[in-house]
Amino acid sequence: MLPDRPITPSTLSVKDLLWQVLWDKDKCTLCGRCTAVCPVNAIELGVFRKREFTASLEPERPSTNVYKVYHGIRQKTDPAYACVGCAMCNQVCPNDAIIPIRSDEADKLRFHINRGGQPRSRGGRRNVPGGLLDQIKFIRISMLTDPALDAGRHEFELRTLLGRMLPPEDNIRFYKENGWIPPVREIYPLIIGSMSFGALSPNMWEGLQLGVAYLNEELGMPVRMCTGEGGCPPRLLRSRFLKYTILQIASGYFGWDEIIHALPDMQEDPCAVEIKYGQGAKPGDGGLLMWHKVNKLIAAIRGVPVGVSLPSPPTHQTKYSIEEAVAKMIQSMYMTWGFRVPVYPKISGTSTAMAVLNNLTRNPYAAGLAIDGEDGGTGAAYNVSMNHMGHPIATNIRDAYFNLAKLGKQNEIPLFAGGGVGKNGNLAANAAALIMLGASGVQIGKYIMQAAAGCLGSESDRCNICNIGRCPKGITSQDPRLYRRLDVDMVAERVVDAFLAFDMELKKIVAPLGRSTTLPIGMSDALGIGDHHAAERLGIKYVV
Amino acid sequence: MCRLFAITSKTPLSPMIAMEAMDVMREGHDGSGVGLFLRDLAGPFEEMKDAPILSGIFTDAGIKRLDRYMMDLGFMTKYKISIKVPKVKLPGTPKRDVYLIRAYEYPEEWEALPKQEVDNRLVSIRLQLRAMGEEEQDMIVFSFWPDVIMIKEIGDPMQVARHLNFGRQELNARVIMAQGRQNTNYAINLYACHPFFIQGYATMTNGENTAFVPIREYLLSRQVLGYTGYQSDSEVFTHILHYTIHHLGLGLETYKHIITPLQNEALEKHPSGAFLKQLKHSCRQLTIDGPNCVIGCLPDHSLFMVQDRKKLRPGVVGGKPGCWAFSSEICGLDAAIPDRDKSKDFQPMHLDTTIVGPDRQEIAICSQTDPLPLPR
Repeated sequence: MLPDRPITPSTLSVKDLLWQVLWDKDKCTLCGRCTAVCPVNAIELGVFRKREFTASLEPERPSTNVYKVYHGIRQKTDPAYACVGCAMCNQVCPNDAIIPIRSDEADKLRFHINRGGQPRSRGGRRNVPGGLLDQIKFIRISMLTDPALDAGRHEFELRTLLGRMLPPEDNIRFYKENGWIPPVREIYPLIIGSMSFGALSPNMWEGLQLGVAYLNEELGMPVRMCTGEGGCPPRLLRSRFLKYTILQIASGYFGWDEIIHALPDMQEDPCAVEIKYGQGAKPGDGGLLMWHKVNKLIAAIRGVPVGVSLPSPPTHQTKYSIEEAVAKMIQSMYMTWGFRVPVYPKISGTSTAMAVLNNLTRNPYAAGLAIDGEDGGTGAAYNVSMNHMGHPIATNIRDAYFNLAKLGKQNEIPLFAGGGVGKNGNLAANAAALIMLGASGVQIGKYIMQAAAGCLGSESDRCNICNIGRCPKGITSQDPRLYRRLDVDMVAERVVDAFLAFDMELKKIVAPLGRSTTLPIGMSDALGIGDHHAAERLGIKYVV
Repeated sequence: MCRLFAITSKTPLSPMIAMEAMDVMREGHDGSGVGLFLRDLAGPFEEMKDAPILSGIFTDAGIKRLDRYMMDLGFMTKYKISIKVPKVKLPGTPKRDVYLIRAYEYPEEWEALPKQEVDNRLVSIRLQLRAMGEEEQDMIVFSFWPDVIMIKEIGDPMQVARHLNFGRQELNARVIMAQGRQNTNYAINLYACHPFFIQGYATMTNGENTAFVPIREYLLSRQVLGYTGYQSDSEVFTHILHYTIHHLGLGLETYKHIITPLQNEALEKHPSGAFLKQLKHSCRQLTIDGPNCVIGCLPDHSLFMVQDRKKLRPGVVGGKPGCWAFSSEICGLDAAIPDRDKSKDFQPMHLDTTIVGPDRQEIAICSQTDPLPLPR
């Protein structure tokens, strides 16, 4: 550094950054692909000056030096352009000459990414590796009196129900008297959670839909996918594939004009309607689709101008309480489809979730409750919300189940758990644990992005730029230059692979437990954990 | 694995028939215990079909406490069988003071009560006695119901039977259910021993129900008097039967639809598919999972057998008009009714419910694919 170069508080060195880009001059061919692909412009072509000294061995000839120039890659240290560690540079480099390396100590960048008084916002999820779900073991293996089943050959009926179940007495009476019996869907217990058409790129969304359709129509697995806020492409609304879709309505009501307009032309009812009150990654906060992602297509579907940020308020502005929302919104949604479509709310994992649940138990229309725990992913949220707010899903779902059991309604309101399910790759084990703790099914978002499209995000703050539409893989971008990187058919194929693999793993868990004809909802006697307090809190066995 | 045997006969039989059947099926159980259920009683009990009979095991102190309690309630002893325990203790069987079978006279003020109220009070008294016994370890109460005797004990069935002299005339009955083996999943506890009984419904099971915990939680939350205990994962079978018939008002043929519902493709083709789908959904929490052969008895003295969804447990029904037996193995059947037409023996498969009605004339087989007598 030159002695007169200004040093400000935000002057950082490469060492202060979270990710440092290592570049090998000898391998580099200066093709420029790495700088072209970098989604955050963290690297640029650099001109370097180098002194070459030639020492003379003859006394009469003086030693010389020359100043030469060479070209290479330079990492920017401006906090606005800090490397996010996505390693796309490495993916495109023909010679492996470049790779980002994570800093060996806590970065100083974190103190400086609040320029203009704007706290850091990002996509992704909590960035806390590990978690309770991975510690849970399945300890009750059938051996003698009840031989274990064969996951490969026995029949399995691992379906769950989405919809309000009446108590058997009422159900029989209503059936006899031709009364209204709430609609119930039999679905696969692993649901692709709400990621909107605006948040995901068209290629990603289409790939997911294609995969879901294939799973349903060719493989007979009733997999369902939630749209997230922002509506649904008109062509899908009028197609037979709508029945595989859960439509979400959130506090911004984006895209609902389009849905309402399509009603008379709908060939099929949607699987269900999800009313979003909260999301696990930023509880108590609304949705936000940043302007980067609002292109012409998204604007048309959402019925908004191009290029403006689309914040949804934290609450439904027309309702002041869950009681009112349940009474009005759930009922009017039912009415919209002639009382044929289950409607349920989705809330964030919080200690107040029980209040919501208790309220739902008294509403004959509420078709379920989805709870999204603190590890849930999101398109755009403040760092502080993501890292420090929310409730873990395991205890929340367990409390909810116990609460229902106490009321004798554990069969009546299905609970769906989301938030970090499979975040360390153990999807089936995490899902099975949640089901045995009392969930009727689980929702996944980021897992499917990672599995089906190779999302680069990790639990250690890698990438996490889904919010600004620069997703290096083109998963969460609305920029055709980025999303054309993603092959729709390959995404669909990976969705199918992921679900089939999950199905086999789930069977490999439940078959040794001797379960096959019903999903083991609440089978907590099969669970153990090596943490005494967690065992006590969850009401499962303590094993060491 | 446990062994099950049940017999229903026009002429009263000695429980030793069941013990002998159990003995020939010895290879299938480890002789660790026996449970006996007798109903449609003969002998002295023939004349007192309405009198509630208390069966249980008591210490000397326990029996005094029992007497005081029952007297306070206004119950008078009408008849009793004293099973005198031989001085030499049976190896492996705990030392007991008294095995009690005692028929009571209802208190006078009960006479005006509706039947349902009487039924509930009988259950309450049984539960109260059981709780008292668990407090002081001086009473084990198996049943308190008219025309029903239950005896359960740890030990080899035949040895226990001889030890307690099951061959005595007073114990003859027209419906006998017996199970060989104690509970092996949890602690040895006589309350975990089959058959289980509630308000006229009894079942015994062979196998393991892996859906036990969620079913138990569901049944407990029904707030039904008597849905309690659950020392065994099989006790829920009895309560589901009681719930199906007593609370939901459905027939025995629906029981199988509740514990092992049909899969969706079959439901779509079923003549009563729409109703059964509703039932499958609303009773989802009662679906059992695991290999189970269930033999049960209804208040009208019908006997039945059902199998789990995969039919992983043995079970056979055979006999002749007037006398039919349900057995885990054919050798048990051979021992009890050797002169039957063996070609008519029936082994229920995963869809069947085999029923022998109170007239004991024939085996009725209803398949889950048959139309149901619907409530509409």
